[in-house]
Amino acid sequence: MNRSTIWVLILITIVALSGCINGNQAPSNTLEIKGSDTLVQLVSDMAEAYMMEHPGADISVTGGGSGCGIAALINGEVDIADASRRIEEGELEKASERGIEIWEFVIARDGLCIIVHPSNPVRNLTLDEVGAIYRGEITNWKEVGGEDMKITLYGRQSTSGTYEFMREHVLKGDYSPDMLNMEGNKAIVDGVKVDKSGIGYIGIGYLRDGVKPLNIASKKGSAYVSPLDQEAVEDGRYPLTRPLYQYTNGMPVVGSLAYNFLKFELSDKGENITRRAGYYPPNTEDKANNDEKFRMIERKIR
Amino acid sequence: MNKRSWEGVKDRLIAFFFAANGILTIIILIGIFIFLAYIGLQAFHEISIREFFFGKEWNPTAYGEPKWGILSLVTGTIYIAVISLLIAIPLGVASAIYIAELASPFIREVLKPAIEMIAAIPSVVLGLIGLLIVAPFVAEIFNLPNGLNALTASILVAIMALPTIISISEDVISAIPESYREASLALGATRWQTIKGVILPAASSGIVAASMLGLGRVVGETMVVLMVAGNSRAFPTSILDPVRPITSTIAIEIKEVVQGDLHFQALFALGFVLFLMTFAINLASDIFLTWRQGVR
Repeated sequence: MNRSTIWVLILITIVALSGCINGNQAPSNTLEIKGSDTLVQLVSDMAEAYMMEHPGADISVTGGGSGCGIAALINGEVDIADASRRIEEGELEKASERGIEIWEFVIARDGLCIIVHPSNPVRNLTLDEVGAIYRGEITNWKEVGGEDMKITLYGRQSTSGTYEFMREHVLKGDYSPDMLNMEGNKAIVDGVKVDKSGIGYIGIGYLRDGVKPLNIASKKGSAYVSPLDQEAVEDGRYPLTRPLYQYTNGMPVVGSLAYNFLKFELSDKGENITRRAGYYPPNTEDKANNDEKFRMIERKIR
Repeated sequence: MNKRSWEGVKDRLIAFFFAANGILTIIILIGIFIFLAYIGLQAFHEISIREFFFGKEWNPTAYGEPKWGILSLVTGTIYIAVISLLIAIPLGVASAIYIAELASPFIREVLKPAIEMIAAIPSVVLGLIGLLIVAPFVAEIFNLPNGLNALTASILVAIMALPTIISISEDVISAIPESYREASLALGATRWQTIKGVILPAASSGIVAASMLGLGRVVGETMVVLMVAGNSRAFPTSILDPVRPITSTIAIEIKEVVQGDLHFQALFALGFVLFLMTFAINLASDIFLTWRQGVR
């Protein structure tokens, strides 16, 4: 072979091998958090408040959906995954296959809101009716006491923890294929705001003027409860109350940024930030579970 | 070494540098092809080819059994492609004719950069304009509850394809020798008859090539479509239905897959299908061009 061919082959080899260079490990006072769109604003607020008190820390928070965050956690790309749904068996298995130990913490509670356009006369629905609507079995508002209008379904995408939560707990079946898969809570709010026939589901922190939350009854005959009733959300009378989770990559060792940040989120200051964002703090059971985990962590260093 | 042999060496080094760049392009293309194929084809260990290519439902995270049919995704891509080309080609060719044949030099100087600037608009900005202006407009006209459907997406994507189609068509039309026009006018034809009967047929292969390039652009557009096409999984039956083309599907689902998963591999297979579609379109346009030139 002649000279130029040899040079071409050398060039090809260099280009092909350049992909094998490894990146550096991140320094330990940075924290990568990724996941739930429901949590993204809240956790960003927490991170900002924490970084103001601890100027050396560097916390980055991105959204993408609970499924996205958990997948990134399993791929070893982030330190903490925000999730508005519980991690699944299959995901835990994949994580342990990759040698990643996952710790679960509840950092807030949500009263998931079912929203409609303010002009919609419907104000109350049972959980079954919501499920039937989203499964595509009820297609017209007149079937639930509204006007004669075809229902337009606004929902999230499969990356969303809220999407999974609704499917597990309310639909217990598949979503209607006509549902519009929006990118986030805000997109659902924007959609329902201008659509008189729309119905959507959002985390309560995203509730704004321009959309109306419905009162939900757990079954026919029970009382219709509003998601804005804090006591009802905390004691579970509001049927769509759910814990909001953070999953860490490995045990958050005492003194690590992950540990300190978690403690901050669960402190009084963190609780104030949670309430200001429109969410509810973890209830007694959540707090007990968190405390048990912290005891296990603290015991390991003694 | 003396000055003359250094110049000789420099000459060859520079030639080598240019060659290396050209080869790099091919390496990247082949690399992408192999990467997509290698991972994508692994999906077929578990998904039957029949279900993949002929199944109507794509639902990898279904409550029950996952479904891997790409037909509704491909149909969504085709709907948007066809409608946006129906808008962009007539508009684009007409604009090209105006710029090349009828506009005064002053207007030409203003229009050409203006059209280039359309190409510079970030797609996410166009998506925003779509959400705030085009979607409500479409909803008004067709009396729909919202404007998130294939038609809205097609309108916006047509805007994105316009600069490509206009630029290339205009170049082709300008390249037609003056003698053609002079001969036609000398025979007594009007300017419109000249354009219709002489210029357009002569430029037709170039215009087809421009349209194919526009088509490639349309089929691959992701951001705009993600924002305004509605993204519902149902099989689209009219252009006023929300659609979920291949690009949106990949963009949405790639974030939640774990590397090496079946879903991961299926998305690569989907990407490979899209890659092959665009590749086939470009190949067809190349062949068409060469054939026409051969005939001439």
